[in-house]
Amino acid sequence: MNALTTFLLRRRGGQSWHWTDMLAYLWLAIGLVLMFGPVLWLTVSSFKTPATLAEFPPTLLPLDTQVATVPGYDKPLPLYRVTMEDGSQRVLAQVRRVGIMAQMVDPQSPQAIVRVPIDKRVPVREISLATSNYSEPLRQFDFLRYFQNSVFVTVMATLITLVVNSMAAFALSKYEFKGRAAVLGIILATLMVPLSVIVVPLYLVVNQLNLFDTLWGVILPTVATPTGVFLLRQYMLTIPDELIDAARMDKASEWQIYWRIVLPLAAPALAVLAIFSVMWRWNDFLWPLIVLSRKEQYTLQVGLNAFSGELNVQWHYVLSMTVLSILPVALIFLFLQRYITAGIANTGLK
Amino acid sequence: MSDLVLNQVVKEFGAVRILHGIDLAIRDGEFVVFVGPSGCGKSTLLRVIAGLERVSSGEIRLDSRLVNDVSAADRGLAMVFQSYALYPHMSVRQNLAFGLENSRMPKAEIDKRVAEAARMLLIEPLLHRKPRQLSGGQRQRVAIGRAIVRRPGIFLLDEPLSNLDAELRVVMRAELAALHNSLKATMIYVTHDQTEAMTLADRIVVLKDGRIEQVGTPLELYNQPANRFVAGFIGSPRMNFIEGEAAVAGAVSINGRTLPLPGLAAQTGASIVLGVRPHAVTLTAPEDAAIPLEVTLVEQLGAETVLHGRTVKGESFTVTAPGQGRFSIGERVGVTFAPEHVHVFDGEGRVISRS
Repeated sequence: MNALTTFLLRRRGGQSWHWTDMLAYLWLAIGLVLMFGPVLWLTVSSFKTPATLAEFPPTLLPLDTQVATVPGYDKPLPLYRVTMEDGSQRVLAQVRRVGIMAQMVDPQSPQAIVRVPIDKRVPVREISLATSNYSEPLRQFDFLRYFQNSVFVTVMATLITLVVNSMAAFALSKYEFKGRAAVLGIILATLMVPLSVIVVPLYLVVNQLNLFDTLWGVILPTVATPTGVFLLRQYMLTIPDELIDAARMDKASEWQIYWRIVLPLAAPALAVLAIFSVMWRWNDFLWPLIVLSRKEQYTLQVGLNAFSGELNVQWHYVLSMTVLSILPVALIFLFLQRYITAGIANTGLK
Repeated sequence: MSDLVLNQVVKEFGAVRILHGIDLAIRDGEFVVFVGPSGCGKSTLLRVIAGLERVSSGEIRLDSRLVNDVSAADRGLAMVFQSYALYPHMSVRQNLAFGLENSRMPKAEIDKRVAEAARMLLIEPLLHRKPRQLSGGQRQRVAIGRAIVRRPGIFLLDEPLSNLDAELRVVMRAELAALHNSLKATMIYVTHDQTEAMTLADRIVVLKDGRIEQVGTPLELYNQPANRFVAGFIGSPRMNFIEGEAAVAGAVSINGRTLPLPGLAAQTGASIVLGVRPHAVTLTAPEDAAIPLEVTLVEQLGAETVLHGRTVKGESFTVTAPGQGRFSIGERVGVTFAPEHVHVFDGEGRVISRS
């Protein structure tokens, strides 16, 4: 705890707070709220009941109106804190509301109906976590199947992306050949073509290859990315050519140079691309939606779409399942981020 | 152990010709140093021999086998790079073993060779470390070790000492010489430092602009330079060059003074350049000197004093005087030298031999 406070209250140089310290912390605080606020709100909201979600103005915490079962009434009645005419406060259960008046009963003595103006009562609310938001869809909605599909797509696509892109980057950074610049230019030019432009021809190709409605149909068209090739190439340019010459003198084949020298040394760039690729593939929506038609093949993102009907959206399920779907990406990011720092520290050749 | 013959080796990068027909024979077990100013093609020549660059024309023969089209991996040579080029992600042991693993050597043999090289180079305690945890000198040893374990036909060393500080360089130079003696291996060493060349080489190859200027033992190059470039490049401090012209047979005239040079065969009146090493001259009074000088800089080295001077024509002239003489800047001194210590070059810089 002590170490944490010293860490959090670090200032530049001396003991006192310099205005730049305040500015720095203010800036960091704004950044934290901006970056982390939505995630936090999403997580908190995923525990709200549909009624609380629909409320306006929205509450930050998942508050739920307390109810009491009162003898003589079939349904549980909502509890309200009522300010009586004499100024005293009582907790009453509301039977029904008529215009601006509410008919209420005391749960202890349910016979007497008390009439209260509605502006004199405040609902009794307590924090309650609607865990059914999670348990219900996990039971009914085939979450695990979708999750498996998503994991399969993400892992396979990322692995193939890393291998294919690093091979291209190796050739484009370490081999001299005619048209190298042109090839790189063409690869980069594809950055300017959005998916929506090529979606129809891509669909036709996937269909012809009998990959329609398979996970491989989702994976394969996405594995070669211009961003990845460019990122890895730029990094590989910093690997000294003498290392590759040394490996050649050491009887290494070109494949061994790629696999045992260049690939390990490009690890920091590979980690960055892996993070990107995992996020892209995990969050992919449009392409899997097009390729996948049977429910068993759905990825998580496509599966989540099922909660948005034509007329109403089951927000409480969408939110809870979204939380579950971002968890793996967040974990992977946490893990690989450490790897990046270590990797960069490792690359000091001299 | 291999010998190497280069026959009219030409290397071109696009339209630029780097090597202009190199002819050279290197004997088994010889320590040959390629020396020359930067951009003279010495590193390119080494890379051509290594197989990292293909020759544009000409022949490379290793043990009389033509290896023009043999890849670097299959020539059986090992190279030590200027930056050491140790694999940063591998430990010292893995660095040493990498080349052997690639040639599918049994593990026991690899371990034996690594241990042997580590013992020879005193890097046994470092085997588990990564290159970044080593000092410059240790990296240098590992880089040499990586070559030794391969037991190559020829060691190729590309300016291996240039990244070390001056003191360590002297130590490593001595170690390299000792290593060559104990391994009896053929070594080709590239440097721009003539001191390294003089101290290490059995034979020196002086290169300039992609051509061999002269090949010979260090003392041959020092005593009988074939041209003005070699004369100026070998030896420290640099040889002095004084312009003059050939006078009557067996004499030259410099700044109006005539100097006898017996046996000089040059046309009278032809412009020539005299070369005299700073160590070969003696100081005298300006009046009876071959060349009078005005002192511009005095460097006291303790054991000797280096005087930088200017002739009347403004040519710079360096004199190394033994001991710790007292000189002041602006002082007028004179130098004389024995005729046998004078090198005479013609207008194109070629040596004019004297009989």
